[in-house]
Amino acid sequence: MKLLKILTLVLFAAILIYAASGLPYRGDPDNRMHREESITGTPVIGNYFIQNAYRDAVTPNMVTVVLGDYRSVDTFGEQIVIFTAGLITLLILRRTKRREV
Amino acid sequence: MKRQFKSPIVLLGSRLLSPYIMVFGWYVIIHGHYSPGGGFQGGALLAASILLIRVAGGKQIAKLQIQEFATTPLAIIGVLIYFLTGLVAMFTGGYFLDYGQLPIPGMDPAYLRYTGILIIEIGIGLAVMAILVMIYDNLVRGEDYG
Repeated sequence: MKLLKILTLVLFAAILIYAASGLPYRGDPDNRMHREESITGTPVIGNYFIQNAYRDAVTPNMVTVVLGDYRSVDTFGEQIVIFTAGLITLLILRRTKRREV
Repeated sequence: MKRQFKSPIVLLGSRLLSPYIMVFGWYVIIHGHYSPGGGFQGGALLAASILLIRVAGGKQIAKLQIQEFATTPLAIIGVLIYFLTGLVAMFTGGYFLDYGQLPIPGMDPAYLRYTGILIIEIGIGLAVMAILVMIYDNLVRGEDYG
């Protein structure tokens, strides 16, 4: 049984290493996700971000533009999630003066 | 926190460190347009600088900084800054959170987006700071601390 576990782990490691050997190089401009058209012929959104992030909002940090401008509704949702977590600690942990009967 | 002891060395060290951490937190928030950083990271640093004083000094000294009742309104103000920025942009003719429509005269739409991102980052920073401090206060309140 122990041998079977080790064999399974080795098999998965071999599969993952084989899959990782086919990954594209980091920062290569000819990668598929940096092209203007995807495999199915639709425009790629990441390409638009890279080309127009500085022109739309004069900000050199592209990540800030994506987080604060293009995906600002998503960031608003993240803030609401944190706010809800704080409110839940307030509701559960804060002691009130009301006594249980 | 059952056993309490007063250590002037720990208090002095945290009093020395805390303002620098706070300044660095504001730097991370405001300089997020040019370097890695932003509202969430800067807010966590601001909360660290406040919690350092709270952990080292106890309740009496923490009263001199942000008090307990002030954390919940600060969090609400932070969320409202974000939300009202989006709402103002919507009322002046754009989409929700469309910073190009913010009513600031004499600015290009690109610079308006720059300003809008800065405003919402400050809102995020305030909210994250206040909420982390609020969680700490609520967790500690049951214990006899201070």
